[in-house]
Amino acid sequence: MMDNKMIVEGSLQSVDGGFSFLGRLPYYRGLGLSMIEDIQVTVDGDVQPRESVRFAVRGKTYTLGEMETCYDNRWNFGEKAQIIVLNGGLSAGNHTVTFAVRNRVSYLPFVPTTKDTKDLALAA
Amino acid sequence: MSSKIKRGVSLYSYQNETFQGKMTLEDCIRVSAELGAKGIEIIGEQTFWGWPEYGVASEDVDQWHRLIKQYDCTPVSHDFMLDYKRYKGREMPFEEQVASVKKDIEFGARLGMKYIRALVSIAPEVLVAAAHHAEEHNIKILIEVHAPLHFDHPWIIRHAEAFEKSGSDALGFLPDMGMFLFAFPPVWKEKFLRIGVPPAIADYVEKAYEDRVLSEYVILNVQQMGGTGPAIAMAETLRHNAAFEPKRMLDYMPRIHNIHGKFYEVTEDYVEPSIPYDKIVEVLKQGGYEGYICSEYEGNRWIEDAQEPDSVEQVRRQQVMLAKLLGETEVPTIKTPAFAVAAE
Repeated sequence: MMDNKMIVEGSLQSVDGGFSFLGRLPYYRGLGLSMIEDIQVTVDGDVQPRESVRFAVRGKTYTLGEMETCYDNRWNFGEKAQIIVLNGGLSAGNHTVTFAVRNRVSYLPFVPTTKDTKDLALAA
Repeated sequence: MSSKIKRGVSLYSYQNETFQGKMTLEDCIRVSAELGAKGIEIIGEQTFWGWPEYGVASEDVDQWHRLIKQYDCTPVSHDFMLDYKRYKGREMPFEEQVASVKKDIEFGARLGMKYIRALVSIAPEVLVAAAHHAEEHNIKILIEVHAPLHFDHPWIIRHAEAFEKSGSDALGFLPDMGMFLFAFPPVWKEKFLRIGVPPAIADYVEKAYEDRVLSEYVILNVQQMGGTGPAIAMAETLRHNAAFEPKRMLDYMPRIHNIHGKFYEVTEDYVEPSIPYDKIVEVLKQGGYEGYICSEYEGNRWIEDAQEPDSVEQVRRQQVMLAKLLGETEVPTIKTPAFAVAAE
């Protein structure tokens, strides 16, 4: 659910050492950060290493490893998190970004991965 | 004659609009109130940012009470989640689960709710251990009986036995009407056709559901018809859904205090093609039910790939249908625009 609304249109930008975009959790509620098992970002076909990904909400930034043991913060329903990838930066112009999130949901008898792909433009 | 059964809405119904920030909490409550659906149910952590990990701002709770009062509504249920898989690789210990439920009881009471909803996968022992705390806060904990589970399933019977043994009337049931799925929902079939299920297979699965063929036979037949991927997924929905009988609720009426009015689509002529609301309302009247039926629109996830869901229109149609079945003379009508269109 909400698959096609995960990546926020027009949110691609350059940051120190890489790029970022805004992402939403594809779910009818939020989740505590420890239950976000993985976030995978693919740019123009290249899967970005897990170690290069950062997740930021309300002024706090986490590595994916740090999120696994974070019990006092959450990715709220509809909340736009900043997804940062420290890959050295992207060239100006259009890029195809795939954003995949794997969650550990207590009541589900499987571990869902949901993804969204969008073409995003990076201003020069 | 009008019934004692009351109409409400779970704000889950408006998730497509609230997720995108198109509808505010006030929009959700106002629209529901205009439709005469004055019982408001929420998923606490959907409506209130922060819950449970970092808590809810007191201004947000104040605003909730202000809106409930302004639109003359009644808080019905706080649906809690209890993430017992919070820790990677190990389940949350029993005592911590009980403590977590107690926190949700307190949050429900803070919002003025009568009930809190427990997901069906939660163990009966956890709820029994929290029952006294619920009694002290004037809250009932209701386990949601939801497909593929049903009132004759051993897991639900185990809950019922544990509730009786506890002697507490703070434990009960919240049936989700999706368990009475008497026809394959058209919006499901259309979605499976869009993702590539051959029409002959889609027609077969729909017909097999109507004929009540055992899910495992349907899955095998679809494989033998050459079905792969999405076709198998369509057949596998029969593992998780079945046309159980609404009258199975009758044995449990003393502990049924809230109803999820699940629906996947209500057509322009006010019919839910897959869930038998006429029979459901008849059974609830027969059982002397006096609680709320709260709309729970879940067609959104089945159509969003093809069109923007119109949750408010769907809720309106279901409320018109319910009001008629309940013998109300006034037709529920929306009087003001549901939300400011200029938002995005």
